[in-house]
Amino acid sequence: MAGSTRASATNNLQRFLRNGIGMVGAIIVLGTIVLAVAAPVIAPYGAEETHPNWKLYPPNEYFLMGTDEFGRDILSRILFGAQISLEVGIISVAIALIVGGASGLLAGFRGGWLDGVIMRCMDVLFAFPAILLAIGIMAVLGTGNILNAMLAIGIVYAPSFARLARASVLSLKEMEFVQAARVLGQPEMRILARHIVPNILAPMTVQISFALSTAILTEAALSFLGLGTPPSVPSWGSMLSASRRYVELDPWPAIFPGLAIMLLVLGFNLFGDGLRDVLDPRLRAGD
Amino acid sequence: MTQYVIRRVLAIIPVLFGISVLVFGLVHLIPGDVAQILLGTQATDQQLATLRRTFGLDRPLPIQYVDWLSHVLVGDFGVSFRTDRPVLPDLVQRFGVTLQLTLVSMLIALAVAIPLGAASAANRGKLSDGLSRVIALLGLSIPNFWLGTLLILFVSLVLHWLPPVGFVSLLDNPWLGIQTLILPALALGTAVAAFIMRMVRSSLLEVLRQDYIRTAHAKGLREFTVLYRHALKNAFIPVLTVIGVQVGYLLGGAVIIESIFSLPGMGRFLLDSISNRDYSIVQGGVLFIALIFCLVNLSVDLVYGWLDPRIRYE
Repeated sequence: MAGSTRASATNNLQRFLRNGIGMVGAIIVLGTIVLAVAAPVIAPYGAEETHPNWKLYPPNEYFLMGTDEFGRDILSRILFGAQISLEVGIISVAIALIVGGASGLLAGFRGGWLDGVIMRCMDVLFAFPAILLAIGIMAVLGTGNILNAMLAIGIVYAPSFARLARASVLSLKEMEFVQAARVLGQPEMRILARHIVPNILAPMTVQISFALSTAILTEAALSFLGLGTPPSVPSWGSMLSASRRYVELDPWPAIFPGLAIMLLVLGFNLFGDGLRDVLDPRLRAGD
Repeated sequence: MTQYVIRRVLAIIPVLFGISVLVFGLVHLIPGDVAQILLGTQATDQQLATLRRTFGLDRPLPIQYVDWLSHVLVGDFGVSFRTDRPVLPDLVQRFGVTLQLTLVSMLIALAVAIPLGAASAANRGKLSDGLSRVIALLGLSIPNFWLGTLLILFVSLVLHWLPPVGFVSLLDNPWLGIQTLILPALALGTAVAAFIMRMVRSSLLEVLRQDYIRTAHAKGLREFTVLYRHALKNAFIPVLTVIGVQVGYLLGGAVIIESIFSLPGMGRFLLDSISNRDYSIVQGGVLFIALIFCLVNLSVDLVYGWLDPRIRYE
């Protein structure tokens, strides 16, 4: 069993390595992670380091992406901002996965009234446009706080994981290998952990990739509205928000952070597309 | 069909109830005392108590909820804490702006997405297909608030083609109205166009494999006729669901786009009310948008059931 799982994982990895779209996405994402981690070493200046004589300068030999209204280096702030975007994206998706995935597993596996209650709660969360619900939750938790932003985004995207997990469990629990495990008297938790969860990892992985892209966009949107990260934190969204006041005078502070957001989100979308191509059996059959 | 409609309408009731509880709960958990905010730090305890009594804020939360809900059910969304004006007429007026923005965005998205998605599916594997897929992925990845800022910068401030901000209703002056709405609608509709395009492509690819399409080809029908008269019609059923979901994205996205383009719509109204702690407007506005979103999804479900009879019997 373990051997066949390993062989299947190796096959999938080989298929992914041959998938052009997915590989481009993986390179963009990995590249951003490396740049974010190395930011303290490779950034030409500190994120908050100001140069009073260099306010709102276009790209030049000293400041490759120009400077903002306080004379801060935009390139350095973008490199440090990558840490924030990735951190918020990863933690908020982890929250969504834990809350939504666990709820969906439980709802699908147990069924009955518990399924009804959990899924109606998810339906209620789904009934709100995502950004509006995130704004509402931020208003309650307190604006300008990065942890609250992560929590709000995590709650907003939990229902999509719940629905996916539940749908996968509903089809899996009717399968013969799960029925056999039940007949053998295996405890429910063991069936869930050993037979169900490993089999829903593929669709979940694809969902995680797409959720990361939307979570990064949502964080940037919240920060752009002044609700997400505090102004002192160099997040890409808040950099864009601040640049709006000077956009006519100096467009560079508005152009580069936006490009950075787009590139990272594109990376996750390409990665997700590639993963889906590899993990979706219908696409694999070349249909 | 009647049974299906009744089933769908009944299914939405618990969701609406849940929405009302969540909205009320969220708004009343927002930190800060409304009375203190409205009267300022100089207010006496007596003045604060009077104001709380006037708005009913001194009562237990469940009583406030039941009172609020019973008024909402008869169309009374309360009055603004700040302006003392009834909330509903203001919401309806602001929603008119958001609705125009949403409609224009959706029209642009559909006008771009359907032909591009169909062409992409018809030319699967060719260069044009690859190009369309990359464009769609870029469209999905571009933040709408950044695109809005770039459009203002290049189209309005550099090229002077269209006004950067402001709003004229399409009903008052359609020509001027479309000029003020085209940039925000483009910024808002790009991601939706990309999403729908991808859906049209994948749905059409499914349909193009069906036997009846092969029969249509075998009969010697032109490619265009097969694609647009036979395949697209059936491929459109799942696309319809996506369109319903995307209305929610447009309504949510309008919050940001309206603040960039200074449109006096619902989104900006809500953001201002959140910072002013105007509970009645936030409560009414969020409920209003969630209701609209639910009704759009209900309508999509009903049309879906009407178009595909198999859905009604599930």
